[in-house]
Amino acid sequence: MSTIDRTINEQEAGELKTKLHDLWREPPGFIGWFAHVHHTSIGKRFFVTAFIFFLLAGILAALMRLQLSRSESHLISPDLYDQIFTTHGTAMMFLFAVPMMFKAFSTYLVPLSVGARNIAFPRLNAFSYYIYLFGGILLFGALLLNTGPDTGWFSYVPLSGPQFSPGKRVDIWAQMITFTELSALGVAIEVITTVFKLRAPGMSLNRLPLFVWSELVVAFMVMFAMPAVMLSSTLLILDRLIGTHFFNPAEGGDPLLYQHVFWFFGHPDVYIIFLPGTGIISAVLAAFSRRRVIGYMAVVLSVVSTGFLSFGVWVHHMFATGLPALGMSFFSAATLMVVVPTAIQFFLWIATLWTGKLVIRTPMLWALGFLFVFLIGGLTGVMLASIPLDLQVHDTYFVVAHFHYVLIGGAVFPMFAGLYFWWPKITGRMLSETIGKWHFWLFFFGFNLTFFPMHMLGLRGMTRRVYTYPPESGWQYLNQLAGFGAVLMVFGILAFLVNAWRSWKGGAPAGDNPWGASGLEWGTSSPPPPYNFLFPPTVNGREALWDAAPDQPVVTGFHNDSREVLATKAIDADPEHISEMPGPSYWPFLAAVAVGGLLIGSMFTPWAVVWGAIPVTAALVGWFWPNKNEVERRRSREIWEPEN
Amino acid sequence: MRRIGYGLLLLLLAGCGTHQQSVTNSAGTQAARIEILWWWMLGILTTIFVIVVGFVLGAVSRRRGGSEQMPEAQVIDSARDRRLSRVILVLVIMVILFEFGFLVASAIVTKYERGMSSKNPVEIQVIGHRWWWEFRYASSQPSEVVVTANELHLPTGVPILIKASSADVIHSFWVPNIAGKRDLIRPYQTSMWLQVDEEGVFRGQCAEFCGHQHAHMAFYVVAEPMNRFQAWLQAQKAPAKEPLEHKARQGRDVFMKSPCVTCHTIRGTDAGSRVGPDLTHVASRSFIAAGTLPNTRSNLMQWIRDSQSVKPGNLMPSMDLETSELESLVAYMQSLK
Amino acid sequence: MGTRELTPRAVIDVSRLPNVVFAHHSLLWWGTMGLALIEGMFLAILIGAYFFLRTRVVEWPPGILPPHLLWGTLNTVLILVSLVPNALVKKSARKGDLRKVRIGLLIMCAIGLVALLIRAFEFPSLGVRWDANAYGTAVWVLLGFHTTHLITDCIDTIVLTVLMFTDKVEGKRYMDCYENADYWYFVILIWIPVFLVTYIAPRLL
Repeated sequence: MSTIDRTINEQEAGELKTKLHDLWREPPGFIGWFAHVHHTSIGKRFFVTAFIFFLLAGILAALMRLQLSRSESHLISPDLYDQIFTTHGTAMMFLFAVPMMFKAFSTYLVPLSVGARNIAFPRLNAFSYYIYLFGGILLFGALLLNTGPDTGWFSYVPLSGPQFSPGKRVDIWAQMITFTELSALGVAIEVITTVFKLRAPGMSLNRLPLFVWSELVVAFMVMFAMPAVMLSSTLLILDRLIGTHFFNPAEGGDPLLYQHVFWFFGHPDVYIIFLPGTGIISAVLAAFSRRRVIGYMAVVLSVVSTGFLSFGVWVHHMFATGLPALGMSFFSAATLMVVVPTAIQFFLWIATLWTGKLVIRTPMLWALGFLFVFLIGGLTGVMLASIPLDLQVHDTYFVVAHFHYVLIGGAVFPMFAGLYFWWPKITGRMLSETIGKWHFWLFFFGFNLTFFPMHMLGLRGMTRRVYTYPPESGWQYLNQLAGFGAVLMVFGILAFLVNAWRSWKGGAPAGDNPWGASGLEWGTSSPPPPYNFLFPPTVNGREALWDAAPDQPVVTGFHNDSREVLATKAIDADPEHISEMPGPSYWPFLAAVAVGGLLIGSMFTPWAVVWGAIPVTAALVGWFWPNKNEVERRRSREIWEPEN
Repeated sequence: MRRIGYGLLLLLLAGCGTHQQSVTNSAGTQAARIEILWWWMLGILTTIFVIVVGFVLGAVSRRRGGSEQMPEAQVIDSARDRRLSRVILVLVIMVILFEFGFLVASAIVTKYERGMSSKNPVEIQVIGHRWWWEFRYASSQPSEVVVTANELHLPTGVPILIKASSADVIHSFWVPNIAGKRDLIRPYQTSMWLQVDEEGVFRGQCAEFCGHQHAHMAFYVVAEPMNRFQAWLQAQKAPAKEPLEHKARQGRDVFMKSPCVTCHTIRGTDAGSRVGPDLTHVASRSFIAAGTLPNTRSNLMQWIRDSQSVKPGNLMPSMDLETSELESLVAYMQSLK
Repeated sequence: MGTRELTPRAVIDVSRLPNVVFAHHSLLWWGTMGLALIEGMFLAILIGAYFFLRTRVVEWPPGILPPHLLWGTLNTVLILVSLVPNALVKKSARKGDLRKVRIGLLIMCAIGLVALLIRAFEFPSLGVRWDANAYGTAVWVLLGFHTTHLITDCIDTIVLTVLMFTDKVEGKRYMDCYENADYWYFVILIWIPVFLVTYIAPRLL
């Protein structure tokens, strides 16, 4: 490869546009939908599906608020209430938070942010979507059939074991985890490969956008954390279905093993949900402060160290179990330590705001709201790190308040910031600022009104997961206040749906870069063409568009008759080789159906694993079986890497 | 603005309610220490919150960019950025120091708890069941062991040793006014020391989701001076009194012929099953069904006849008895003081 | 897109870059390493669970003898021996030597199938059922985990071998063979801790 100065004329570029469009576009129509493999298409599906699960889980929360608004209410039976709170938590954590913050945002934005034409392993990406969708349908389908899981979103044994939870409810929960974790692991591999190998020349690792850094760290965390929950749910289902004894104390098993394995996943999981939010906030704050975030290196190191440290704190979920004091103190200290990198990020963001020329648009409102709400959640988190304090408020509404402040503050607020920020890029249209402001303030006030009183409820003795409470407790008033706040949140969400609808139907055209932001994604049209960039870009600094030279080079030299992309070196992003991406394919969908069949069948009989393996194998063989024409085309132009 | 003021006032007033089950109304030694830690931390962290939000709002009000157009991206003043980074470094060090102090304070509270011990403590075994509490007052003499349910009497002013375990799923023993909670996990038996310093009646509740009636698994703690406690314990040791009323004696016959005997013990009779709560002195308790209903005649009738409506899914079936049988049964129950 | 891409500008021409690459240059390598990391983590936690369960009882194995060593050791030898043909496949694939690749892959297929056959004898030689106690559960699941990978790698290798005898041989196929060999290295690598924990640890703990 050599850098050649060459000019491109208008006519050439126009021809190229048409060629690339035909080459990269997705197959049209309803049937064609099942063969899409471009990350913008799959990314949009992740966004929409995750948001729908958010709404569904939110409806369940509203039902809970309704039930709890009166003491000793008979509105919802305990059996149904237990299914509702379990499904609410499970759906929010597994079907909304991780899919939205990690899978949706990464799939759509990471390839664009690094200047790639598509995400690595596009068919795996499509498969990841379908298997996630099927898992979600499994969970809500079960709820509709009155076999929803009812033992809480972390489903402790022995309650969830074969003796105390007969039937299929917990099996469905455990298998749903397998669906969603397969999905997340797939996306993790794609993100890591994309970020390391498909970056624009010039985008060395120390020029990676902060948003991409956060998703990269999260991808690694997913690979280390998800296996733990895969294991805990698999061991649970084995105990339930084929009589193994992992958690059965009568035969040498131990319920605490479940807690350790689950929370080894569970704690990093919440940082998997939170860290993408920090990346989004960095992007939004930079754009609306009209300056890059202060302390790039410190932010990157904070994100990385938060990722690491989050694996060392899981026992703080188990302070009440009577473990040895010395061991627990270690985890108490580690929990306080993990706060520090996040505090560093907070200070750097505030310094960025302080020295910036702030423009307050809706994305910025959500970013500011995040600072307020997540700070409260983080501070109650500091309280919970103390073993004696935790022993009082653990498993009460104080903890419910804490984790909603950090999850809604740390994920939902950044999610809306990101949605308002990138909506113009994804759809090509602007959202309304006026409705956006209504959305924000309704949700902000509603959220605080709902969850702040819960701190007090916890201190007043109200425990978690209760379907009702006695009138003498005095808890009714605060519960009603919380219910009123929930109504405001609902109106806020409705405002967003109205905003989205109106924009979709006829919002103002956005143009390439309505915010004057600096990421590479803003250097192509809104929405991006099916090939993302007419010419793959190169970069000159950390803020790609702001640091671009007047004559910033672009990449040419592709055959443009197949889906070729440029792969670059892992550290410095120097051009390295040409890789060919697959075109549209039905195999990811078919493979997902086969895998889904195997997983669901195995809830009823272990033989499903054997028989189900046959269609799965067939689908995978079909997936990888090469196409004759493509083989011949590639054979005619092979350039082998020299051995050294 | 006014609405916010009203809201805050209401929130504060909402704090007034029952204090029987409250972290901030400590009557026990541990709870008192934790409460001190709590108020200090609330104060300090609220201050930090106000300062940080102050800076955010300050930044927002300080420098605004243009109104319509997005202004050009700024040229960076590296020197100023570096100065700010140094300030942040100092702040981070302060955060670390503060957290270290908090860790030490927490350790002190914990250490105090573990430092408790006594030569001859009152030792009580707590066993969590779905959905009721078994309390066994230890004694060197097996015949002196007191078994009761759902109402825990404790002497004030002395260390008490609780040995807690579960008969089935994970439960959690928690009386906020007295101390932090402890999970009950089969097969483990965990020990915890308690001390109650003030007389009173406090409510505890299971704090680990244990199934459909987790919400109705409460218990009452009656803290009283040692002499009254000993008197109560003596009375509990005695087997069931012979009922004086004819109706109550009829009720005993109903009890012995009904499914009741398959689950309940009444010492002094042939009923000796340990599946459900010990009823030997059930009439001495203020509540029934694990703190769910006050112990009155009509509630007893409702509970026995239709427990599945009071606690749907609980392990006591509703009893299909004739009214006269039910009335005499309740009379018998009420005689078991 | 505005008019930027239509105006004359400088370019980087990549037309002469290779398109058949190996080792950490290829995207597939990253995918394979990702899989290895995930499955390795799964195994690490599973082994952690094994040792956790060990601390819960006095005797280990509880009330029975440790597994017989015959079949497990036999399989270990076979698996270690497979390092040689596996390396052959990898080296020949790098050079594009079709004949050697075919031979190597056929040997690997045979080894894989024999290993699975031996595995079928290993399970009963554990001397305990999976539902007898926690120890039995742990060793069956450990062995089962490795067996799953053995099966998938076998199927992978068979499909690839078939492909190498069709008219679909191209640079990309050699990349596939190279990465499949990496996956086999992974299966060999994880066998070592599984073997040690399943067969040796009960004799030492």
